[in-house]
Order: sequence, then structure tokens, then C-alpha cells
Amino acid sequence: MRRGSIVVLLGIGLVAAGVATAVAVIPTWLPVDASREAGRIDFTFWFVIAICIALFAIVAAAMIYSIIKFRAAPDDLEDGPPIHGHTGLEIAWTTVPFILVTAIAIVCGIVLSRNDAQGANPLRINVQAQQYAWSFSYPDAGNATSSELYLPVNRSVELYMRSLDVIHAFFVPDFRENEDIVPGMVTQLHITPDRIGTYTLQCNELCGAGHTLMNTQVIVESKRKFDSWVRQQKAGAGS
Amino acid sequence: MLVAFGGLGVGIVSLCRWAGGRHPILFTKADLFVAIPLAILGAFLGAFDSRTSRRYLFGAGWIRAAWMLVAFGGLGLGIVTLCRWAGGWHPILLTEPDVLVSALVAAPIGFLGGLGAFDYWTNYALGKPTPEHEDHSGHGARSWRDYFRVNTDHKVIGTQYLVTTIVFFVIGGMLALLVRAELAKPGTQYFSGQTYNSLFSVHASLMIFLFIIPAFAGLANFVVPLMLGAADMAFPRLNALSFWLLPVAGVMMVSSFIVGAFAGGWTGYAPLNSTHQPMGAIFFNQGVQWAGASSIMTALNFLVTIITMRAPGMTFWRMPLLVWANFTTSLLVVIATPFIAGSQFFSMFDHVMHTSFFTPVGGGYPLGYQHIFWFYSHPAVYIMMLPGFGIMSEVIAVFSRKPIFGYRLMALSLMAIVVLGFSVWAHHMFTSGMSSWLRDPMMITTLLIAVPTGIKIFSWLATMWEGKLHFNTPMLFALGFLSMFVIGGLSGVMLGAVPIDIHVTDTYFVVAHLHYVLFGGSVFTIFAGIYYWFPKMTGRMYDERLGKLHFWLTFVGFNLTFFPMHILGTEGMRRRISDYAPHFASLNLFISLASFGLGCSVLVFLYNMITSWRFGEVAPANPWRAMTLEWLVSSPPPTFNFDEIPQVVGSPYEYGVVGAQHAILAPSRAPELEEVPV
Repeated sequence: MRRGSIVVLLGIGLVAAGVATAVAVIPTWLPVDASREAGRIDFTFWFVIAICIALFAIVAAAMIYSIIKFRAAPDDLEDGPPIHGHTGLEIAWTTVPFILVTAIAIVCGIVLSRNDAQGANPLRINVQAQQYAWSFSYPDAGNATSSELYLPVNRSVELYMRSLDVIHAFFVPDFRENEDIVPGMVTQLHITPDRIGTYTLQCNELCGAGHTLMNTQVIVESKRKFDSWVRQQKAGAGS
Repeated sequence: MLVAFGGLGVGIVSLCRWAGGRHPILFTKADLFVAIPLAILGAFLGAFDSRTSRRYLFGAGWIRAAWMLVAFGGLGLGIVTLCRWAGGWHPILLTEPDVLVSALVAAPIGFLGGLGAFDYWTNYALGKPTPEHEDHSGHGARSWRDYFRVNTDHKVIGTQYLVTTIVFFVIGGMLALLVRAELAKPGTQYFSGQTYNSLFSVHASLMIFLFIIPAFAGLANFVVPLMLGAADMAFPRLNALSFWLLPVAGVMMVSSFIVGAFAGGWTGYAPLNSTHQPMGAIFFNQGVQWAGASSIMTALNFLVTIITMRAPGMTFWRMPLLVWANFTTSLLVVIATPFIAGSQFFSMFDHVMHTSFFTPVGGGYPLGYQHIFWFYSHPAVYIMMLPGFGIMSEVIAVFSRKPIFGYRLMALSLMAIVVLGFSVWAHHMFTSGMSSWLRDPMMITTLLIAVPTGIKIFSWLATMWEGKLHFNTPMLFALGFLSMFVIGGLSGVMLGAVPIDIHVTDTYFVVAHLHYVLFGGSVFTIFAGIYYWFPKMTGRMYDERLGKLHFWLTFVGFNLTFFPMHILGTEGMRRRISDYAPHFASLNLFISLASFGLGCSVLVFLYNMITSWRFGEVAPANPWRAMTLEWLVSSPPPTFNFDEIPQVVGSPYEYGVVGAQHAILAPSRAPELEEVPV
């Protein structure tokens, strides 16, 4: 290969990488991150995106270069050079992707184990899903119950989720958390909310005609406000 | 006879009305519905003498198929009614699902029998003469009518497959446009929740079971025996039967709208689909069985054909990669498809007989459904990909005028995908509540599949490198495939990474990914294959300008439709919902408009296919100057493909090697020699 064509090839690759990076950076891809777990998941997201952009740029460069450079005239009946393979290249494009996916797997493994680790003194909450409603009860807070999910900020929360009928799923995009709720089982989910605000909890497993509307609010508030909410609930239950 | 049969019809209805305790003689709508068809039948029979009419009624064909369909359906209903009566239940109740199941099982058998799919075997079993064996009357097409019969010619069957699957592609596409119409604005526009859910469920089922999988089977049916130098498939009658199972499956899935369509998604998760759905769910359970049976029979047929019917000299390492691709695909189909059959049977038993395979109340295990289902349905992704890889290898080598780069590694990577493909199913279940330790091994195997897939992509790029590229329509679709499949593959790596999957699973990110793989991937290769072999199948050239227009409309429309879905997904828009938060509105409107454009591109394709088939320029034997065996015979090929058995002498991709040949026929039978440039 002549030096000029290497420069052209590199140029196309850089442009492709630039376009792909712009697509990755300019639109807002992810909602706010409102839990400690979300930050690690976002890190994985951008880590894999970076690898993807590099691979995409390589493929795009080779393809676009070939399309421009090796286009034959319609009346050109000649064949190309009979190249049957190249052992070195074939080994390279087997091992490099292998190394890359291994790197991804290692990062993912670490993130998973960190996200699954509970914090100290987790708040236990029972989640009950049914067609098409949510309800929550707080065994650590005098069995207060609610149809909205109230959470204290910066405290580890352990959800114990049950379904009364079909499969539902607990999905809060802002927490980057998603877990199915399967009838006959108790599934668990671990969250540490770290941003005060109101988010939407959505059912994320097709559960029937009303699936679209099976949403409720998640309200993350300061410890003081949360405690007073708990007292209110208990008082309401007692009266 | 017209009057007699009309009267008979009226009489039967009156009798029934009288038996039912209603006023017997009243010319209402129901009467006419029965009387008119009977009158037409009578007129029809009256027009012939008794021998001809007997042949029409009892000879294999559509008339016998019609009455046998009704008769067998009735027989099925009768058996269940009798059983219900014997068991002390109310015998006649058409709203009970068990009654329906019997009709759904029996009626198609009657239809197939009526059409003549079992004639040979029945005659053989009964010791009657089986003349078809000698006279080849059911082999090859002499007029368009022969495409509507049980035909044993693999080329006719291939065409039957493709036309049928394109019909279901169009129906499935229209359902998708209805989905996009509903999603164009937030709020409820046209459909209730249940109806909306059934639209995308039927859309996906048709596209997967009635379009992509059988369209590849159709292309391979036409091409594989020719590429092997064989006269036909190993089991031509089985081949015919497997085709005719398809319309049965398709009609069943579409007609589920009559009884309340299944709306549990094409994945049919239990217990939603097994106990919480209208009777349409049974149409889905059953439709999958018929389509699956068709797949299994075809795959067995391919395996036996490829193993035993290769021309002399055609070693495994001289087989075109399309044949390799269908060999590996068939392995996947034969091993995996029984699993979805099992999952659907159990799901149906839960619905019909109130067993509890997947309902926790009776001790069932809902996740069990998902494990069995995905043990088929993940390999099914490769069933929908590998044949496309085969088409790509043919098209890219021919239109780059270069040997395929790294032929052996290309074949071995197919085998690697088969093996790895069976070890990744639970990556569809990372958030399903299964044991969390299972996520790690499934993630590793999933990511590893990127390696053999990457080998294929890089090898295609290397095949193009320094080639002489000709951008005919098949090549354009091949390049479109390459670029789209890379994007789909990379988003697949992202989904394989568990932490990312936790956030984007069941969102529009998955919708985008699966359409990049199955539309940008599989459908683009199907289009490439249809354009590439169109001259061979029809004996005519397609219109190149319309072909290119079709490509550009599809390519642009596809990207505008599906790329923004990635963003919707990561932002948190769930899949399978009929309404969404207002801040997703502008992107959704954009996607809906783009999808209508994408829908229009199919019209260009249909117009091109129909007019070119009828009026296109007559095709030479080898318009692409390709080396594989199908191009050594005329377009379309003679009824028995090769007048003498070809002798394979070398690799199928020796472009640029002076004097190289893949196969030789006797000198008198090599019509394409004059096209070789000197």
C-alpha cells in the first residue's frame, strides 16, 4: 500500500469516528442518574461505546475506501487479484476482538459485583405488583403502606418483590434498575438513591391490556422528610 | 342442479332452525350464506358429467382441500364434543378453548390431505399404485396453476416459499405501520391496549415465523440443490409438505384476530399468554407448531441433501459458503426447534387443560417457560442470520471479482456460531429473576460470539479489498447489510454487557437493536438474494434502476426509522407500550413518518418483481459471471437441473485465477463458455 492511500484511509476512519462520537455526545442519551448504581452503569455504557466507536470507524473506513477506490467500470470484465487469505491478518482479527470482549466482560463483572453489594443497614421494602397497580409496604417502618414508592436519600434499599398474577418488572430509568417480578417467586433489587426528586416507576414486562399505564411515582426525599412521612403513615393506619 | 342444491341448502338451514325451536321458514341472511355456496357448488357440478365432477371433488386439489378442511375440522370438533359429553360436561360449547384446539389440529390435516400432500404415502401404505413415482406429473411447473398444487420440484417449491413469505411480509409490515400510526402522537389514537398489543405480537410472529425463517428456506430450496449439482432435494415429497404447512401457520396466526388475537408478544411469556389471553393465544401456540414442523422437515431435508447428494468432486471444502451456511442453519433448526414446540405445547396445556407447567398456583415455574423458549429462540436468531451470511459470501465474492477471503475460517466461524449459539440463551433473561450467578457465564459466551461474527465481517471487507467492485442491486444490499449489521452487532455487544442490559432491556434500545439485526441484517440479505437469483428463478432480468431506487429508499428509510429508537431506549422509553411520556413525542412522530416512507419502498420492490417477472429482459444463463454450479445451467434451469452430472474440480471462488474452474460439464453442455472474456 502506498503512503497516500494509508493517509486517505486514516482520514476516512477519523471522520467516521468523529461522526460517531458526535452522535454519541450531542443528543442526551441517558436520563439523570439518581442512584449510586447508576454512575457505575453509565461508566460501563461509555466504556463500551468508546470501543464500539473505534470498531465502527475501522469497518466504515475500510468499506468507504473500498467503495471509492475499487469501483470498476460497468464494462470492465477483469477480475481482481486472486488473494485467498492472509494467516497473520486472520489471527489478528480473531485475537483483537477476543481481547476487547474480554476487557468488556471484566469491567462488567466488577460493576455487577459492586452494584450487588448491599450497604450497611438496608431499608427493606416489600413491593407488590398486580395487573395494573403497584403497592409498597415498609416492614422496617411500622408496616406503613403506600401506592407510591417513598425512599430516603443515600440509604441502601432492598426491595423484595412479589407478583399476584403475571410477570411484571420494576423499572426506574433514572436509577438504571430493572428486575422482573415473577409470580410464585420473590425477586430482589438493591438501590441506593442519591438524588432527591420524583421519578417514574414503570412496569417493564408486558403484562396485559393495561401494561402501558402501570406506572407510579418514586419519591426520593431527605431522611428527615422520609421519617416524618413514615410517622404520618403510621398515624393514618392507627386512626 | 343449481336450483336443487340451492333448495337443499335452504332445506338444511330450515331444518336446523326448526330443530333449534325457531321459526323454520324465513329467508334471512344465515339461510343465504349456506344456500348460495351450495347452489354454486351444484351449478359447478352440474356443468360436468359425473365422472369429471367426481374427479374435481375427489381428486387432489383445492376443492377436495376445501371440503376436507371442513370435514376434518368437524371431525375434530366431534371428537372433543363426544369426550366432553362422556365426561359429563356441557358437550357443545364453541367458546371453550379445548373445542377450538381440536379443530385447529384436525382442519389443517384435512386441508393438506385434500391438497394431495399425503397422496403418495397413503397410496403406498394402502398398496395402491403410485404412478407419480414414474410420470413426474407433480414435478416442475408448466403453467401458473402448477404453483398452486403440491409440487415436488425444489425450484417450484422455492418460488412458492418466496411468494408466500413476501405476502406475509407485506401483512406483517402493515401491522407495523398501524403500530407506528398509534405511536405517532402521545395518548390513545386508534387502538385499545389489548388491540395494540395484538398488533405488535402478530407483526413479530409473522415476520419471524412466516417471513425471515421461511424466506431463507425458500431461497435455499431453489439454490442449494443446484449448487450441489443435484437433480432435486433428497426428499421431494417431504419438501412439498413442508412448504404447504406454511400457509396453514400463517393463516392461523392472522385469523387469530377473529377470536381475539394473542397479545402477549411474540415471546408468549407465561403465565400472561398461557392463562390471561383470549383464544387467539391458542392460534399462536398452534401456528408456531405448524411453522416449526415445516422448519424441522426442511432442515432435515437440507442436511440429507447436503451430506449425500453432492456432485462428484464436491468435497465439503469445495462447497460454496451458501451451502455451508444452510448446513449449519439446518443443524441449529433440527436441534433447537423442538424446544419451542415443547414450550408452546405446555403453554397451551396450561390454557386448555388447566395444567400448571408455568403457573405457580399449581407448582409451576414461569421462568421455566423462558428458559425453554429462549433455548430455541436464541439459536433462532442465528437461524435468521447464518443463511444471510451465506448469501453475502456469494454476492460479495461475485461482485468484487475476487476469491472469498479466508474461505476455511469463514466456514469454521459458522460452526463456531452454531456451538456458541446454544450457550447464550439466558442473555435474554438477565433481569428475569433467574439466579444472578448465571448472568456471568451467559455474558461471557454472548460477548464471545462477537469473535466469529467479527471474523466474517472483516473477511468480507478483505474480499472487497483491491477487488473490481460492481454495484448492482444485490451488491448494494450486501453493502447495506454490512454497515447495518455492524451497528446491530455493536449494539448487541452493549446488550450482552449485563450492566448496560439492566438499564436498556425491554426498552426501544432493544427494538432498535433487533431491527438492525433482523431488518438491516436478515431482510437486506433476503433482498440481496432475491435480486441475485431473480434471473435464475424467472429467466428474466429485474429492472436495475428500480432495484437501486428500492435499495436507497430502504436504506435511508430504515436508518431514519430505527436509529432514533436507540436514543428513545436509553432515555427510558419502554417497548410494547401504546402511549409514552410527552418528552418522547417529537422523536416518535419523526420515526412514524420515516416508517411510512420505509413502507412505501416495498411498493417499488413489488412493482419491480411483478413487472420484471412478466416483461423483463430475457436473462442469460450466467448474467453475473459467477462460478457456482447454478449458473452453469440455463435460466430458468431445466426441470431436472443437470442433463448430466457435473464434475467438480476446484473451489467455487477462483476469480482472477487464469483457467480456474469450479466444475465442468461435458463440452456440448456448456452454453456459457462464450461469455468468458478472452
